[in-house]
Amino acid sequence: MSPHLEVKNLSFAYDSKPILKDISLSVEKGDFIGLIGPNGSGKSTLLKLMGGVLNLPDDAVWINEHPINAIKKKELARAMTWIPQEHPMVFPFTIQEIVLMGRHPYLPPLSFEGEEDYRIARHAMETTQTLQFSDRYFNEISGGEKQRVMLASAIAQDPEIMLLDEPTSALDLKYQVQILSILKRLNEEKDITLILAMHDLNLASRYCRRLILLNDGAIVRDGTPEEVFQKEVIENVYGVNVNLHTLDGEILVHPITSGS
Amino acid sequence: MSIIMGHYSYKMNLVIFLLLFLATLCVTPLIGSTQIDLANALSGGVHAQNNLDANILFQVRLPRILLGAVAGAALSVAGAVFQALLRNDLAAPFTLGVSSGAALGAVLAIVFNLNISILGFPMVSLFSFLGALGAIFLVFSLVRTRHGEFPTSILLLAGVTANFFFASMVMFLHYISDFGQSFRIIRWLMGGLDITDYQTVLSIAPMVFLGIGLLIYVGRDLNLISTGVHSATSRGVNVPRIQRIGFITASLITGTVVAITGPIGFVGLIVPHISRLFVGSDLRILIPVSMLFGASFLIICDTVARTLIAPTEIPVGIITAMLGGPFFVWLLKRKRQV
Repeated sequence: MSPHLEVKNLSFAYDSKPILKDISLSVEKGDFIGLIGPNGSGKSTLLKLMGGVLNLPDDAVWINEHPINAIKKKELARAMTWIPQEHPMVFPFTIQEIVLMGRHPYLPPLSFEGEEDYRIARHAMETTQTLQFSDRYFNEISGGEKQRVMLASAIAQDPEIMLLDEPTSALDLKYQVQILSILKRLNEEKDITLILAMHDLNLASRYCRRLILLNDGAIVRDGTPEEVFQKEVIENVYGVNVNLHTLDGEILVHPITSGS
Repeated sequence: MSIIMGHYSYKMNLVIFLLLFLATLCVTPLIGSTQIDLANALSGGVHAQNNLDANILFQVRLPRILLGAVAGAALSVAGAVFQALLRNDLAAPFTLGVSSGAALGAVLAIVFNLNISILGFPMVSLFSFLGALGAIFLVFSLVRTRHGEFPTSILLLAGVTANFFFASMVMFLHYISDFGQSFRIIRWLMGGLDITDYQTVLSIAPMVFLGIGLLIYVGRDLNLISTGVHSATSRGVNVPRIQRIGFITASLITGTVVAITGPIGFVGLIVPHISRLFVGSDLRILIPVSMLFGASFLIICDTVARTLIAPTEIPVGIITAMLGGPFFVWLLKRKRQV
């Protein structure tokens, strides 16, 4: 099977400061990938470039064998979406309006959402448990609720691939598990390909089937959590001494604090 | 629970604001420093030379009211669009230097005594339109990245800089002007709707309404940009293209109006805000509602300006500016509470 999403020799720099160095990777349909690495390792930039959100220097990202630079924005948005970590909102939009915005790539100009779009949005809100406050304003709800609303909007967009930039970093444990469980269901039931930038290594290993470890703009390791979580690799990349434990068949990273 | 509502309530809102506009259009011509007899005014037709009531109604008040409608509509829509594009609810049509560029053009024409007209347009109007275009071109060509995008923080900064720069040139020209020119400059800078012909209104209306139509056409794209450029891109919006269309169209309709009326402040800030309270932030609704409400609002302000200390007429720009200060205070207090 040919890869679904492919990154070929991608290098990227902001104002001549290199951020990504010769990244290559391929993603199969239905993958659940965690993109991990220290702050500044290039996770967010890589996600934005894969999602077509930042301008690509050349044809370095391909989706279903087409370079994304050659695909129309609306067509690309039907195949793939990107969800930022934070959602600053200046204007008062309701939850329902935000979720319906996911239908944009399916609508012609000058039109309003139809019955079908409302049905899809409603279903997306049910999936993310946001339907009960759909007529409230986005700025009035909590961080965890905002993240679920943005996820509902992404689901309404009905893409094959979702790229999420640290979807759980700003949330407490309950909301982290809630978001990741919804994502797991989307992956298992609708075969949506997921790539998540994540900070929490243990949550990443628990939910993602494949981890890609970035450091200094380059891929250090790419594989299952067991393949990536190796004591010397993690210690090198993060600059912290760690112990690895296995609990209920899952591998956990435990930092050794300076006193011990 | 009214969870999924559809856009039927929006249509209702449109009808209400249309009725408000029509009521304004019917009532305000009857208000003024001179009482007019409506029956007599309507009996003779538009060009009855010896019918004083008809003259006041059709030659004095109506053109001015129609200009108020076009100007109010243009400034309000431009304000709503600038606020969305810049993701800043304090942005206004003049934020990016359009009005100060127009002022520089107008003041140049006044100081150099260019008193001829071309194609029916006085030089002051033509120069101020060119000044507005020049300001737009300058600001956007300074800010535009090599990917064709307009980073909003830099745009705001460039706009403020352009405003200060053009304002200093205006002050310099004002300082070296003679007494009569100085009066004309001050008068132009106050902004007003005092015209006495339909030709002026007819010459700017097509440009303004074509522009507003185009902005409504890209309304859903503008909605998405107002929530963030990156997420708009991932929803399928061609952000650089919509930014170009939005900024240039909103600036052009602003420049077109300002060339005739001078800068009428705060309309483009106040009207989108109040409209948003009624119909929400969806620009597919907010643009037409701002257009109707802005037209009504400026006509009403100008009616106040015509009658407050009648028979002296105050430039409407003074009235809108007087409303603008308290409005800003209200806005700040409201934002603090949220």
